[in-house]
Amino acid sequence: MALIETLDTGFGAWNPLLWLVALVVALLIAWLIRSRGESARPSGAESAKPYLSGNDAPSAEETHVGASNLYWGFTDALKGYYDRVVPIHSGILTDYVLWFIGVLALVIIMAGVL
Amino acid sequence: MIWEFWSANAPALLLAIPMLGAFATPLIGRMGKTPRNLWILLITALTFVTSAVLAVEVYTTGPVIYTFGAAASSAALVSDSGGIPVRIIFNVDAMSAFMALFASFVGMVAAVFSFPSGKMESGRDGYFALLLLLLVGILGMVCTGDLFNFFVFLEINSLAGAALVAYRIDKGVAVEAALKYAFLSTLAGLLVLYAVALLYGQYDSLNIAVIAERMQFGFLDKVALALLLTGLAMKAGAVPMHFWTPDTYSMAPSAITAFLVVASQASLYGVFRVAFTLYGLTLNYVTIGWFIIILGVLSMFVGVSMAIPQKDVKRLMAYHAVSQTGYMLLGVGVGLAVLGDPVMLESFGLTAMEGGIFHIVNHAMYKGLLFLTAGAIFYQTGTRNLNKLGGLGHSMKWTMLFFVIGALAIAGIPPFNGFASKLMIYESVFAFNPLLSIIAMVVSILTLASFVKVFHAIFMGPRQERYAEVKEVPVPMLAAMGILALLTVLMGIFPQQIVDLVISPAAGALVDQGSYIASVMGGL
Repeated sequence: MALIETLDTGFGAWNPLLWLVALVVALLIAWLIRSRGESARPSGAESAKPYLSGNDAPSAEETHVGASNLYWGFTDALKGYYDRVVPIHSGILTDYVLWFIGVLALVIIMAGVL
Repeated sequence: MIWEFWSANAPALLLAIPMLGAFATPLIGRMGKTPRNLWILLITALTFVTSAVLAVEVYTTGPVIYTFGAAASSAALVSDSGGIPVRIIFNVDAMSAFMALFASFVGMVAAVFSFPSGKMESGRDGYFALLLLLLVGILGMVCTGDLFNFFVFLEINSLAGAALVAYRIDKGVAVEAALKYAFLSTLAGLLVLYAVALLYGQYDSLNIAVIAERMQFGFLDKVALALLLTGLAMKAGAVPMHFWTPDTYSMAPSAITAFLVVASQASLYGVFRVAFTLYGLTLNYVTIGWFIIILGVLSMFVGVSMAIPQKDVKRLMAYHAVSQTGYMLLGVGVGLAVLGDPVMLESFGLTAMEGGIFHIVNHAMYKGLLFLTAGAIFYQTGTRNLNKLGGLGHSMKWTMLFFVIGALAIAGIPPFNGFASKLMIYESVFAFNPLLSIIAMVVSILTLASFVKVFHAIFMGPRQERYAEVKEVPVPMLAAMGILALLTVLMGIFPQQIVDLVISPAAGALVDQGSYIASVMGGL
């Protein structure tokens, strides 16, 4: 038995060893490209500072892009979906029970009781 | 001598050890923090070793029957029982052994992570006692062959879980989350109890194998099926009965959240056991199979889409837990839908089931890991708000590494374990219905996108002034995360060995209703 066997999915196969070899090769290429760059940059010089049209750079806290600023386009595009789904998650226990009873009714029908 | 006793009584010891441990914890806790922690470590380690002993026996010799109170515990039909299995019987087949093995492992890791995580908190003895009782509930649910016994362990699971969710109180918010969990769990438990009563009235037995053998699938059996499936699917967190999961998972201490994932999977096990073993081919398996598939697809999509806009890291991860449960439901649901067609079952149904079952353990590892990393971040920063976090990659490098491993695994990126099980699900489900497989892949992409956001929000960016004092978490917490991270990697690199060793036998045990019945009623 090979140490790292090929995973048989019934339709295809997946060998982690081959993937790892490919990953190492890709990392090697990345390292080679990186090593061709400048080894050092001027420190303390004006060119090392961020340039914001002559304005002072904001503090570290302010430059970090917060989680809410990410994927707004995705949620905006699916606004119609979110406007319906988010309110369902009301946090109200009786709402949860209603959904539960609704699914129970559905399963009773699907199971062939009615 | 001791080894023989241990091996012969492993199913009973599997529960007796953590139960004894739970009740003795408050006493040992009076001796101090270190003896108590050592005691908890000993108990959880012994429980894990016992489950491993049991698993080895099951995987080498077949299902293990343990009859409580009988002179010969290995015989279900003892001489004084009149030919019927009247006593409580544990029927540990490959599926049960698989569940018990990883549940006890995650329980041990959750305990280790908890050692330093609550140093400023009181009531730690009760916390650990409840953690052990939660472990008892889970192990009992997956090992028992008795329906009423299953209900009892479901209740232990629910009550211990709810009490642990309320542990932090947190201005009443955690208590509210626990109350919701307790209420819904009680409701589910009552439905299960009512279903058990219906089946007992029908078949004069509480034993799963006996009821399965006599199953007529009449009117009351159908009502019982609906009650069991709905109650257990709700406890497993399937959409649209998942609403409690973000509330509960986000408010519980992180180690408990990681373990609650396993507690939910015990209910998922219940869904599978009811469908495949209790009812088997007598039920309208195509309809019920599709019902489980639809629950799975809804869980996958609603879970991930609700995760994306979340700002609380644990709430976000809780929605992902719902989403990942969908994969398991999808894989095993496909297996159920083709249960009556041997050609399709052989062609792709079993692989889909194996993928779903493999995903259960993978999910326990990487989701447990992710919740622990969230706990580590909360431990050091005191916040779960993604908008307030940032730049922690400078000071919490190990936590960041473990988070990346967990995030890539949940997104199904090779070579981590999530990829292996998802690949099995994608390819086999594609043969059943290509659309379902495509949805599953899209959900994985959205999962990756969501975790890129979390990674950026927590770890990227310049070092922040307000977190200048933040440093890496204590060693026990790192060790707990490291163990899960290591397993997440190893299970991705050696997937076929794991499938051959534990997953295929577990799927086979689910499908083979006849063997389950025969192991109790004789005729093997």
